Formats: sequence, C-alpha cells, structure tokens
Amino acid sequence: MRIPGASALVTGGSRGLGAALGRVLAREGARVALVARGAAELEAAAAAIRAGGGEAHALAGDIGDPRAAAALAGAASALVGPIDLLVHGASTLGPVPLRLLLDTDPTQLERTLAVNVVGPFRLTQAVAGGMVLRGRGLVVHVTSDASVVAYPRWGAYGVSKAAFDHLARIWGAELDGTGVRFLSVDPGEMDTQMHADAVPEADPATLADPAVVAEQIVGLIRESEPLTSGARLEVAAMVAAS
Amino acid sequence: MIAAPGPTPRAQERLLLLDPRAGRFRDARLADLPTLLRPGDLVVVNDAATVPGSLPAVAPGGERVEIRLLGEAGAGQWRAVLFGEGDWHTRTEERPAPPVLGPGDTLRLDGLTATIFSVWYPAPRLVELRFDAEGGRLWSALYRLGRPIQYAHLAAGLALSDVQTVYASRPWAAELPSAGRPLSWELLLGLKRRGVALAAVTHAAGVSSTGDPTIDRALPLPERYEIPAETVDPVGKARAARGRVVAVGTSVVRALEGCAAAHDGRLVAGRGTTNLVVSPGFVPQVVDGLLTGFHEPGSSHLGLLRAFVPPPLLDAAYSHAEAQGYRGHEFGDSNLILAAA
Repeated sequence: MRIPGASALVTGGSRGLGAALGRVLAREGARVALVARGAAELEAAAAAIRAGGGEAHALAGDIGDPRAAAALAGAASALVGPIDLLVHGASTLGPVPLRLLLDTDPTQLERTLAVNVVGPFRLTQAVAGGMVLRGRGLVVHVTSDASVVAYPRWGAYGVSKAAFDHLARIWGAELDGTGVRFLSVDPGEMDTQMHADAVPEADPATLADPAVVAEQIVGLIRESEPLTSGARLEVAAMVAAS
Repeated sequence: MIAAPGPTPRAQERLLLLDPRAGRFRDARLADLPTLLRPGDLVVVNDAATVPGSLPAVAPGGERVEIRLLGEAGAGQWRAVLFGEGDWHTRTEERPAPPVLGPGDTLRLDGLTATIFSVWYPAPRLVELRFDAEGGRLWSALYRLGRPIQYAHLAAGLALSDVQTVYASRPWAAELPSAGRPLSWELLLGLKRRGVALAAVTHAAGVSSTGDPTIDRALPLPERYEIPAETVDPVGKARAARGRVVAVGTSVVRALEGCAAAHDGRLVAGRGTTNLVVSPGFVPQVVDGLLTGFHEPGSSHLGLLRAFVPPPLLDAAYSHAEAQGYRGHEFGDSNLILAAA
C-alpha cells in the first residue's frame, strides 16, 4: 500500500515495536494515531514524532476494555481521516512470571484473550466496514512464534496468539475480493520491555532492535499487495537475511 | 406510528416497497433488498459515525446543563444546543431552559472547559463553543464524557455502539444516520454479488429536534459533507448505464443534491456545506430513490420524501404501514422508495 498520506492507527504505540512502527510510518508520511494504556508515555511518543516533523496523535485507551473500540476508531478517524492501515501491536503476556497451565488462574487466561484477541477483533470490526466501502485497507496482526510452537509456560499468551493468527486468516477469507487485506507478522525476539518481562535472563545483545524490525515491517506493508490476505509472515528470517 | 423502543438485531426489519411512478406499495423484508435492486444500480450510504454529542456541564452560576453538539465548526470549535437540568428521559420540549449565557461564558466539564464565543440571538440556546483542548486530548475527552444524543421515546440509554452503522468511519453525525442502521455486511456484500455497486458520502447529519420552536423551525441547519472521487465516478457510470442511484437516508440525498445544486447539476468531489432543503416540488438531479425509515409528521425528513412521492400516495403508504404495525423512528422498519421502471 502507499504509505505517504495514509491514515494509520497503531495500538501498543507507546513503547517497543508499536512505538517504532509509529515513528517509521510517520517518517514515511503517514498520519498516525497511537493507542496505549499509559497516557504520559504515549503522549511522549507522539510528541517525539511531531518534533521530527511527522504527524502523530495520542489516544490513551485499553484494548481489553469492551467500550474502547468504538471510541478509539472514532477518535482516530476524526484526527487522521478514514483509517487505511490498522496495526494491532498491543498485547499482554498474561501472568508474569510465566507459569504452567496448571498454575494459571482461568481469569488470567480470559484477560489475556480479551486483550490479545477480542479487543483487536472489536477494533478491526469498528474500522474494517469503512475500509470495505472504500475498497481498500490493510490490517496487520503482530504475532509471535508462541502461536505455532507449544512452549511450556507460554500457555495463555500462546493460545491467544494462535487464535489471533487464525482470526487474520478468517478475516482474510471473508473479505477476499473487497480490497481489504490482513497479515499476521511475527517480529521475532526483540529487545523490548515485554521480552524482559517474559525472559528476564535473556542477553539483550542476542535480541533484535525493534527499530530495525519496524523498518522491515513497514517495507512489508509497502509491498503487501501480492501477499495472500490472512498469511502469516516471519520478520526474523528477513532481518537475518538482510 | 409506534416508535421502535430501541436497537434491534440488524437485517430483521420489515420493508415497505413504495413505487412512486406506478403509484403502488407492498410489504417486503429488508433481506429482500438484493432482489429489489438490479445489477448496475448504485447504493450510496452515509459513512459518518455518530458523535457521543450529549455532554454534562456546569454553567458559570453553578447550574447543571446538557450540551448537545450539532457539528464541528473548526478545530476545537463546535455548534451546540444547550438544555437546562435533566437528560433524555424528559421530552425535549418539556426540558427546562438553560441559564441565559453569552459570549465569554465558560461551561465546565470533567477535565475540560467550553467557552461560548457566539450566540444565535433569535434563540440563545444555540451557541458556538470553543473547547480548551483539541486533537487527541479533545477527542479522548468527548468519547470519555459524551453519550449519544437521544430522545424520550426510547426505553433505555443508548451505548455508542447502538448508534453506529456497520460502515461508520469519521464521527461527523450528531445523530445516527439511521436508514443504514439495519444494514448488515451479509446484506451489503449480497448487493455487491448481485452487481449493485456501493459508494459512500460523509454527511454531518444534525439533530432532529431541539425542543425550541424557533430553532426547530430552522432545521435542518447547514450541514457539511464530503463526496469522495470514488463516489462521483460510480454515480456517473450508473446514470450513463440507466442504473438507479439509491440514497440510504435523507442525509445522503442532502449531500448529493446539495452538491449538485451548488455545481449546475453536476457532482464534484470534495467538501462542502449545504443549506439545501428538499421539499415538494424539488426535482432531484442525482438521486432516483431512497431507502429510509418512517418519519414523524411535520419533520423535515418527511418533507424531503414528498419530493420523491406524491403526498396522497405517501399518506396512503403511511396509513398502511401504521395499520400493519410497522415501527417508526431511528430503530424502526425500512421504506424503499424506488420506481421499478
């Protein structure tokens, strides 16, 4: 898709990969609305983009809140125009330290699914109808290898990401031919707060820089037309190869 | 006609098919829509999302007021109607008036202020406000504090999701563009499969009533619209191929005909503001028919329908609908006004 002038809504936009995606998209000329729970950190991320000459707006909100989707979709499109690109970057690990399923409180699994599956579903639903009318749009699911590998102790997160991948496939199948497309993108292991929460003993030197990964993902978004809608792609392989 | 008491499941509603040229009407279902239209027809919807435009505030003298946002007039600036204490449970015409306020007076909201900078003196409840925030801060606050504008005929308070169409995009509408509310994507994609084209305009539909006779007589106020180039082309194609242009809702009629009236009968892509009032005797330049609801006697919506349907036929159709138990108002049944030939 064409990024200059596009209207983008990026969740998880206050830190890590989401913030880096917001920076790269704005630098490439997109009008960006960022969403995250922490208002101060989010406003700082948006202000940094504006200071660099880009357009960015901060919309504090919790994707896991059932009332959030209509408000975030409405406010974002009021600010940047009808949404062309929706990036679901927000997600929760669930209970940390990560634990065995036998030790996982079922309400923690419910909360993980609410933030990682149901919330993004609501937000896509609030945005994709307008995209279908306009005959164009791209929705990106940021996923993880935990969606395909059964890592012990990653149960709540892994289950939610497997569902998230399949959600993108079914969206893709249902909206095939409408011009609205879906991609799941696995960014690989990155040096982020989330990774530190999950694997505190990891050596940051072995992890990818989210700024580098964001460049790869924006490249993918730019060249997304030939990709099968709903497909799952791994960025780690692209970073290693480049 | 009995008002529908609240939101109902989509695509369940009844539809009265009214052919103004043949002078006939008959009962149908909204789900029949794909068979009632033909390949080459074009359906145009209003993709404006509904603003959570009812805001509680406190006047400088400490009185509680309700602000109802009518439309955005600039960055951080809105046209609004003020009501005294109370909310939608009370009929608008029975609501206490707000205190008399003038330019410079500031209304306090939770975490926000709104300063009046102009007043419409025939009815000083109609004002223009400037909020002390804009951008993300203002919009976050509006969605946090605001509720949908609604009226006393409904049984319960509306959630924001109750007043959105399935294709809602930018929040420009003060009230739900209700003709499109019952449309599901099952139905809309069914239309596309049938060869019926879909297109959108964005029209900042205003409020249907303020309870103030001076303001209500002036409704609809000028409203802004945007017609994208992606809509101008299919309208031209449909007309060239003798397809019919079907507007979903009176707001779409107002945007398309308002734009054409301002450009010698041609549609031109872009933004505009229209004060066009469509009423009996008006000859539509763009729209052949419309999907709408059942409107109250005396409303500007009903006046607009009389430009498409001879009033005696419209009266007969409404009597039939009433006898058959069709529901009126924003969550009611549908009326397709379209000539078969």
